[in-house]
Amino acid sequence: MANQPSIVVEGLTKDYGDFRALDGISFKVEPGEIVGFLGPNGAGKTTTMKILTCFMAANSGSAKVVGKDVYQESEAVRRSIGYLPENVPLYEDMLVYDYLMFVAQVRGIEGAKREDAIRRVVKLTGLESVVNRDIYELSKGFRQRVGLAQAIIHEPDVVILDEPTSGLDPNQILEIRDVITEIGREKTVIFSTHILQEVSAVCDRIIVINHGKIVADGTFEELSDQVAESARGLVVEVESDTDMSAKFATLDDVTDVLRDGKTYRVLTRKESDVRKRLVALAAAEGIDLVSLRTYQPDLEETFRALTGGKGSVSSNDEEE
Amino acid sequence: MQNIMFIWKREIASYFNSVVAFTVVDLFLLITGALFWLSFFSEINVLTMRGFFNQAPLFLAFFAPAITMGLIATEKRSGTLQLLMTMPVTEWQIVVGKFLAACTLLAVMFGCTLMYPLTLDRLGDLDWGATMAGYIGMMLLGGSYCAIGIMASSFTKDQVVSILVAFFLCFGLYLVDQLAGQPTGGVAYAFQYASTSYHFQNIARGVIDVRDVVYYLSLIVVCLYIARTVIASRRW
Ligand SMILES: Nc1ncnc2c1ncn2[C@@H]1O[C@H](COP(=O)(O)OP(=O)(O)OP(=O)(O)O)[C@@H](O)[C@H]1O
Ligand SMILES: [Mg+2]
Repeated sequence: MANQPSIVVEGLTKDYGDFRALDGISFKVEPGEIVGFLGPNGAGKTTTMKILTCFMAANSGSAKVVGKDVYQESEAVRRSIGYLPENVPLYEDMLVYDYLMFVAQVRGIEGAKREDAIRRVVKLTGLESVVNRDIYELSKGFRQRVGLAQAIIHEPDVVILDEPTSGLDPNQILEIRDVITEIGREKTVIFSTHILQEVSAVCDRIIVINHGKIVADGTFEELSDQVAESARGLVVEVESDTDMSAKFATLDDVTDVLRDGKTYRVLTRKESDVRKRLVALAAAEGIDLVSLRTYQPDLEETFRALTGGKGSVSSNDEEE
Repeated sequence: MQNIMFIWKREIASYFNSVVAFTVVDLFLLITGALFWLSFFSEINVLTMRGFFNQAPLFLAFFAPAITMGLIATEKRSGTLQLLMTMPVTEWQIVVGKFLAACTLLAVMFGCTLMYPLTLDRLGDLDWGATMAGYIGMMLLGGSYCAIGIMASSFTKDQVVSILVAFFLCFGLYLVDQLAGQPTGGVAYAFQYASTSYHFQNIARGVIDVRDVVYYLSLIVVCLYIARTVIASRRW
């Protein structure tokens, strides 16, 4: 049992009325992995997390956390997870300390160990300066930290964080990321985000979800290779200002040419010999090539290639 | 069991922090107090709590929903209920913890009114049996209203809707026998049995009958059960 996956999701489907928010997603997370859930607004990230944390039932499919079914053994699952919901719901009228104490109690930490648990998470999440403040007084960054603290106070095996860095300033984002990395040393962590740098900076693995389906699953390098594969081509930079698009397009195996000033992206079916022929063509036309390289999509492009394009993505249709 | 206590404790602390709870308790004491002293000075020779026990239940129909209106509704709105439900707590524990907290506040509130019977006692012979029975009745009645209030609070995210629904139900149950007129047919008896005031008057007379107690306890259990089910239905 020691090496069972932390999370196994199979064919999970969730409908809100006649709207299908999740459409048969399946994935597995191994113990100790940090997995980033990436996807545009309305992709189904929060829905997946609500099902994993036993807040909501799926319409079909199954989800197991630490080997326990979220539906049949809900209480056991809830004991082994920590959860930071999207909008960080906290009891506004409580002191940070009292709130953490309450969570420690409800999470079943023994009386004598509660103080220690609080001290540990306060230190880890950098809450020292606000433990005796009312929660409603806190800045967004500190609220987020309190949310993180309550999610890990009971040292759960699996930590589920829904957009832990949303709405924070760049410094805070870095600090929260460090905390997540720290948590991820021992625990399985799943967190959702829209920020690409974040997943490549923090995660071992990325699951890209769009319109309720998983569209990619792998390390960042794998995903970007996958995109490079589907959008293979060359990036050509030339000296002259004249438009070369039409010329490049006449080459065999070239499917499309995109121009941006002196830089062209030449999309190709095959790569190797196009490069030679392109150099030859440039020489024949008397044009100096400044650079010529194989196209390697960056984060933005990877994200857009994986999630964009196919139908628009609504961002303002969320209810509740 | 422990979880119920943790939830109870959190709610109590929150009551002591809250303007609403203080206002409600103060207003209740002010109004019932004013009425008590008024009748006290006008009928100085009658040393009894009857007046108080006649009026207080009507006010409770408003004040109990006022202290329970936010118990679940605000947690639904802010999302803290969602978070709480992903912790190892059952819906029963949540509902019962909150119910007991509301009852505790009522008990404190009633405790403050003990000065009336104590005053009367100084002046002469007070029937402590009937007075205590009256307080027990108030607690049962208040508890039922709190349970109704918690049920109403579980229906909505909006405190105002919550208090209106609860007020309507409490008031309806209080008056239902009077709407039915003189108890003649079986239907009228059914209305009478459903009425909270009918059972309260029985108890306030100084006779604690099992049937009346069972009535209140069932009302409490049914309402809390509905609240629990409403919360749980969000889950599965
Ligand atoms: N309670 C609900 N009732 C109806 N539809 C809902 C509900 N919750 C979510 N949805 C819909 O389900 C889809 C998936 O929502 P979800 O919140 O899981 O997306 P998300 O990936 O978390 O998006 P975001 O990045 O904006 O947080 C959305 O289209 C949303 O409008
Ligand atoms: Mg979301």
